[in-house]
Formats: sequence, structure tokens, C-alpha cells
Amino acid sequence: MFTFTEEQEMLRKVIREFVEAEVAPKAQEWDEANHCPVELFPMLGEMGIVGTFVPEEYGGAGLGFVERSICLEELARHSAGLAITVMAHQLCMGGILNFGSEEQKKKYLPDLATGKKIGSLSLTEATGGSNFMGQKSTGEYKDWQWVINGRKCFITNSHLADVDLWTVITGQNEKGKPIMTAFIIDKDTPGHTAGRTEHKLGLCSSNTGDVSCVNVKLSPQQMLSQEGDGPKIALSTIQEVGRAGMSAICLGILRGCLEESVKFSNERIIYGKPLNKLMNIQFTIAENKLDYESAKLLTYRAASMKDKGLPCACEFALAKYAGNEGAIRAAKRTIDMMGGYGVINEYPIGRFLRDTLAGSTAGGTSDILKVVIAAETLKG
Amino acid sequence: MALNIAVCIKSVPDPKWYEKITIDTKTKTITRKGIPSIINPVDKNALEAALKLKEQYGGKVTVLCMAPPGAKNELYEAMAMGADEAALLSDLAFAGADTLATSYTLAQGLNKLGKFDLVLTGTESADGATAQVPAQLAEWLNIPHLWNVKEFVLATEQEIHAKVKMDDAVGEYVIQLPALLAVSREINKPRYTTAMGVMKARKKTLTNLSKHDLDVNESLIGQVGSPTWSGDISIPSLARKGQELIGTPEEIVTQLIAKLRAAGIREGRGMVNDASGNLGSGRTDG
Repeated sequence: MFTFTEEQEMLRKVIREFVEAEVAPKAQEWDEANHCPVELFPMLGEMGIVGTFVPEEYGGAGLGFVERSICLEELARHSAGLAITVMAHQLCMGGILNFGSEEQKKKYLPDLATGKKIGSLSLTEATGGSNFMGQKSTGEYKDWQWVINGRKCFITNSHLADVDLWTVITGQNEKGKPIMTAFIIDKDTPGHTAGRTEHKLGLCSSNTGDVSCVNVKLSPQQMLSQEGDGPKIALSTIQEVGRAGMSAICLGILRGCLEESVKFSNERIIYGKPLNKLMNIQFTIAENKLDYESAKLLTYRAASMKDKGLPCACEFALAKYAGNEGAIRAAKRTIDMMGGYGVINEYPIGRFLRDTLAGSTAGGTSDILKVVIAAETLKG
Repeated sequence: MALNIAVCIKSVPDPKWYEKITIDTKTKTITRKGIPSIINPVDKNALEAALKLKEQYGGKVTVLCMAPPGAKNELYEAMAMGADEAALLSDLAFAGADTLATSYTLAQGLNKLGKFDLVLTGTESADGATAQVPAQLAEWLNIPHLWNVKEFVLATEQEIHAKVKMDDAVGEYVIQLPALLAVSREINKPRYTTAMGVMKARKKTLTNLSKHDLDVNESLIGQVGSPTWSGDISIPSLARKGQELIGTPEEIVTQLIAKLRAAGIREGRGMVNDASGNLGSGRTDG
């Protein structure tokens, strides 16, 4: 049975206080303006929110994934766009922390963990994200340098990142299978540019777009881990950092739906009584509560397993699936309950629905998650 | 010029839950069951002022609270904000204290903990809002005090220059240390508590003090030591009352004004346009 420690309860309280003061009042405005509030990053760094799981020696808070999930849930309760910006930034930090050399950790992590710089992970290509071994970007070793070429798409923080992790194909093995390798690319490296910006259905206060490399020359020191370690880095980072983060973000959106449904049904008077006196409205509240509590248990159980070093890919897949699908259901139910008010942008519930739909692909769609869950379950 | 600073905080019901708070008409006390507690908001300004002084001049910040055992969470939060240590004055014998008994107990707690150069408090609590404790505490400690301080600086090792907010003015004072200052919310913006602070807080010292640990006169603590008693308590009905006014628009306005006046709404002074179109101060004619 998972329970929070007193420190974790207090962490939630203080992060909530911060989010209610600095994020909640502006979340709708950011969404409408397609503005990613990067100006908050230094403050998020100071609070320990961006560098939650990075050890203190590299400038982070030195905490675990349960604490990270708490921070992301609280951010996403009011702005899932900001939360996914932080989550994508953490993908970059997670890759460097788990696979980087000591020199790379010392060079990159302190500025990333304190929010002075922003990170991203460029993995997905036009051919698909989940089929990542089919990617076309290449790395060629010539004249003592690696030359990187290719185009990545749907990259969160594409236009904001100071540090960009790339995966490319650097050759074929003896069986003819592609060898994938990861590199760290600094923002100002010649040939590394951000391309088109995507206009999304939701998560509008996050930045998503293309990133290209045209004859980008990197020293061998920019390689992350060893040649051929790309799949390991990509899978581990996406599954245990990305999917973990998206589980918490979906949970935050779900809590938003639950709290908005409770607030509206308490305040709205119909036929002389609060809406919550009607039994069908009580069903909506109960269903929203069930979706939230189920996803919460799954998310924090998976996060605590990660903190204990236990395998948890299936558990995070379960958590993200329950959270994302639950949030879609809860947002739709709440809009139905609110009637006309539900589609007015003055209320955040419509944004919650758009955000959860837009977030369904990050960290794996529900169908991909079912494949992961089934594969683990069928092992017996 | 390192300062030994004490900050007295109160644990109060979270204002976001005020609509859930009920009053027990038998015991004449607030029913707090299930209502989360927070640090009294203006006490965070007092703590922020203390932390800034410590950052500037060095020293130590100790936080003190008289409350049931659950208030340890507020004290840990204060230490997470940056206070060095904390003490909780908690004993059934302290229960039911009015402001006089509370301030006496706090004074004895401070005397137990050491000699402080400066004691900081908020101006008043969000729940009781009597604003009496700071002055009473200073009297028990036999030190000078200022209330509603909006700005202050440590001018010398022994002297603080402070600005005090008044109704239509600001008073400037010089106060000798040791002293007590009750600060207002405009003095600063309290810092946010960080994740790192939360984790460090549990490693700091929280001392529990009961009446046996303090040099107290038992006739001056708790309900026994409280000269103030709650009288009758009634809960006003907030039910909506609709009433239809019938007539021409002019008649309805006249009826409405009569009802407002009957309900005790006074005529006010306001800014009205004079005949020349200039804005001027005058009586509004309903």
C-alpha cells in the first residue's frame, strides 16, 4: 500500500501554494496566446521543481520520482502546457544523468537543473515516434568529427532548448540492423536549427515543432554513452522519464476536472437547489473521483517502484493509460454537466479536454500503452 | 552584528475552507475538524523579515508557536522556509487561552528558549483578528514594541528605525533592542518554500515544550488564566430572501431606497458631477 511521507505531503502543499499564486492566474492567458512561460524557468529551478530528481551535487533537489510526480501533478492541475514543458526538459536531464559521462553531467546538469537553460529530447521523426529504429537521421564519422544530418518533428521545446539530445543512425551491424547513437547538441552549433512551429489542439502553452541538423559537426565528446546505445537511452528515457512524467501530468488534468466539477455543482443553483442535489450529477462526481483516485494510485505506485529501482515500464504504462483516458472521460462528463458554461473559455474545463487529448501521444498513445501492458502481462 | 531573532507564528484554519467552518454553540469555539491549518498569513511576513535580517547580518531565527500537537507541520514549514529551529508550546493546560493567557505562555516560552535581540510577529491572526497578542507579549517580556510596522532597518547594533502604518499617516520611530515588532503584510513578499527546504526541515530541531518545561504560574495559563470569556454566540441566517417590488420604475427605485435605508444602509459621500461637469465631492442623493 503506497502512502506519502510527511515530507512529501508538505512538498505538495508548498508546490500547490506556488502554483496557485504564479501559474493558475495566468494559465488561460498563456493558452490563448500560445505562450510558453519560459520566464518562469529560473523560479521553477529555484523551487527545485525542474531539477527534482537530479542529485544535489549537480544542482538539483536530489529527490525521487514520487516527488517529481507531485510537482508535475500540481503544475498540470492548472497548466498542463507548462507541465509538459518541464517534463520534456527533464527528458534531456534524465538522458544526461543516466547515460552521460561525469564531464557531461558537470557541464550540462547544473544549468539545466536550476532552470538557467532549457533542454529537449529530439527522437521522433516524420516516420513515427514509436518506430524509432526506423528513423532516417544520420551520423557519420569524418575527419575526427561526427557529422549529423536529419529532421525531427513534434519536438517539445524545439524552439526553446539550449541543450538538445538527438538520436541518429550511425551505421549497420553485422546483421544489417541499424546502429542508433545519441548525441548532445548545443543550441548555437552551426547547422542545428528549429523549423516550423506546430499549432496544436491543446497544450498550447508549450512549444512544439521541427528541429533540423544540416551537416552539424560534433566532437566525439558530444556522444552520449557509446555508439549503439541510442535505443537503450531512448527507451529508458521515454518509458521511465517521459511516460512517468505524462502519467503525473494526466493526473493533474484529472484533478482539475474533478475539482471543477465539484465547484460547479456546488455553486450552480437549479430549481432552487444546488446542482449537486441531483442524483445524476452525483454520478458524474463519483465517476470523476474514481478516475482520479485510480490514476493516482497507479501513478504513485509506479513512481515509488522507480525510486526503489524496480522494473516499472508496465506500471507507468498502466498509469498513463488510466490517467489519460480518465481525464478525457472526466473532462467530457464535466462539460456535459456544466451545459453551456462548459464550452465557454472563461471556465478551464474545455482547455483540460484539449490538453488531455493533445497529451495522448506524448509518452505513447493509449494503443501503444496497451501493447506494452499486454506484452508484460502475457509473459506470465 | 549577528542577531538572535524569535518569530511567533499562529496555526490558523486555511481561509480557503472558511465556508466549511462551523461554530460549536455549546463550547463557543470554532470546530476545526477536517479543516487544514496553515501558518497565519501575516506571520509569514514576520518570518520573511527575520530571514532577510539573518541573511544580511547573520544570526539565528527561532520560530515559536502555542498550539495543539498538529501545529508541528506549520513549524516544519517555517523551518522549510529557512528558520533554524522551532519550538512548539503544547499542553492541554494551555487550551482555551484568550490573548492574555496566550501572550503570557508565549513570553514564558521565549524566556525558556534564551535571550532574543528581536521578537517579530504578524499584526493579527486571520481567525481571531484581535491584534492584541503582540503588545501583550511585549509587556510580559518588558520590552518596547511597535505595531503595524511596514518597513524597518537595523540602524545600529542596538537600534531599529521603523515606519509604522497609521490611518492617514506613517509614523517614524527609533526603537531600542531588544524589542518586539508586529509587521504588516506590506512589509515584504514572503519567499516560496522550496523542495530543497522541505527536505532540510526535518533535519532541524523542533522542541516540544509543555507547562512542566516552562516557569509558568498556572493561574495565568489556559482557560483559568483567561479573563475574557465568550458570551452568547449566534449564527446569522444567510438564506437568500427574494422580494418583488411592483410599480413604475420611479416607484420601484423609491421603494428600494426606503428598504435599503430601513436595513441600515447609510447615505454616503461620493464623487458627483456638478452642473459644470466637474467632478466634486458631495452627498449623493440616494
